[in-house]
Amino acid sequence: MIDENTVRHVARLARLRLEPEEEKVMQEELSGILEHIDAIRSMDLDGVPPTTHVLALENVLRADVPRASLPREEALREADDVVDDSFGVPRMD
Amino acid sequence: MSEFEPVIGVEIHVQLSTNTKMFCGCELSFGDPPNTHTCPVCLAHPGVLPVVNEEAVRRALMIGLALGCEIAPRSIFHRKNYFYPDLPKAYQVSQFDIPICGRGEFVAIREDGSELRVGITRAHLEEDAAKLTHLGGRRAGAEESVVDFNRGGTPLVEIVTEPDLRSASDAVTFLRQLRQTLLFLGVSDCSMEEGSMRADANVSIRPVGTHEFGTKTELKNMNSFRFLERGMDAEIARQEEILRDGGRVSQETVHYEPETGHITSLRSKEESHDYRYFPEPDLVPVAPDPAWVDQLRDDLPELPLSLRRRMVDDMGLSAEDALVLTESPELVAYFMEAAALADPKACANWIRGELRAQLREAGTEPWESKVTPAHVAALVDLLAIGTVSVPAAKEVLAGMIETGDEPAAVVEAKGLAQMDESDLAGVIAAIVEANPDQAQQLRDGKDKVMGFFVGQAMKQTGGRADPQAVQKLVRELVLGS
Repeated sequence: MIDENTVRHVARLARLRLEPEEEKVMQEELSGILEHIDAIRSMDLDGVPPTTHVLALENVLRADVPRASLPREEALREADDVVDDSFGVPRMD
Repeated sequence: MSEFEPVIGVEIHVQLSTNTKMFCGCELSFGDPPNTHTCPVCLAHPGVLPVVNEEAVRRALMIGLALGCEIAPRSIFHRKNYFYPDLPKAYQVSQFDIPICGRGEFVAIREDGSELRVGITRAHLEEDAAKLTHLGGRRAGAEESVVDFNRGGTPLVEIVTEPDLRSASDAVTFLRQLRQTLLFLGVSDCSMEEGSMRADANVSIRPVGTHEFGTKTELKNMNSFRFLERGMDAEIARQEEILRDGGRVSQETVHYEPETGHITSLRSKEESHDYRYFPEPDLVPVAPDPAWVDQLRDDLPELPLSLRRRMVDDMGLSAEDALVLTESPELVAYFMEAAALADPKACANWIRGELRAQLREAGTEPWESKVTPAHVAALVDLLAIGTVSVPAAKEVLAGMIETGDEPAAVVEAKGLAQMDESDLAGVIAAIVEANPDQAQQLRDGKDKVMGFFVGQAMKQTGGRADPQAVQKLVRELVLGS
């Protein structure tokens, strides 16, 4: 079972604001997921390489040839705020 | 001598000058209107899939091979997670535990000719963030920032060194020569000003003679080598002061302000180092065919280090000549072409000295000028056989720059051929006779006055006298020897 502080830490990293009761739910759900990992851990995995991809594919590469980009109006269409033909965001400095 | 020794490692980000971005077909641009090179992939719209740019992989491999890195038979991409408005996916696709290029070593040469060996920890592929600009109060009352996604997704190679550097000056020597090497590879524009090459330095200090590392700070993103060197020196001094006062250096990111020379702390994102890397499921591994890697290795151009060694060992140049002449691939090609036709040392002197000095006024480089390498070689030959004196040769060179004519033609047109000794003897005799005081000074052992005679002779012959011959004749006439 992971502790409440870990839940809060992960929530903060994910920019989530959790109510105390939500923290409890998350604690249980995350712990449940991690138990699956423990199940894998309990097996003898010597000599088994970590599986990062399930597809038997390598080297899917693209030629360095330009394709049309979006018209700017299209690119900016979903922006909350458009300033100077750019995406306006809260102050960052 | 300080009782502390700096320990420095650097991280260099290089934007690859490919045609398109790392994971989509948007064209790379610099200075285009904002948000004109974007697509659903680099804007991180839902459901899109990245595809790796083969040319970016090729260039990363070239960099790795040039740095003597081990090339990973199979490398994978990771997601580096953090929230920032310049990163639309809220993660940067990067590489983590299996970078495409592993350990290597770079050898730089210091100005005194000594070797500076720097271990390369890794070189990996990743994507650049977008450009974030703070608007300040430009819009009435508005305190906001704006994002231009043109740069977002530009292919980057990040090169990380071991903490092998022991001074700010060594670090900059390394960075300058690394930059040269990258320029010779043709993989990036490497412009510090425009941000296509960016360097961060990890700086710590420790008492001389100890081996444990002190706490390091990270000096961020300087846009010139000069400021980077000053910044590192300022940070080293700041850490020394802290330790001398019995304090402790805290691990943080710092910034150097060139205007004030001050170091400021950027310690704001306390949890930002928890990047929760995990394998990028949208990209399959890159496993470069060994035959491809061998081919790339064979095709690497001759790099500055090898060129410099060849210039010094085989061509008789000084370490400094070699350093200057390997500044750019164009200059090397220019010099090599001249050096194949005439004495390499003399060609080096004329190209790095007088030619560049005269061209600097016009703001051009030798290879852009009307003077061909073959003409430089011909001028060197004219000097060697005594057709022109050194001062006349400078004038000939000026004519060559102006007209693009070969030196013999300029000599002819300007009447700059050296006087033969019997004609010169008459001129010298007249000068000596007209200046008895100076002649007496020479007899009294004031050798400096020889400059006066040489100057007079040059003036009266329009630069056609050989200074060596003038000195010899004056000596014979005045001193009888």
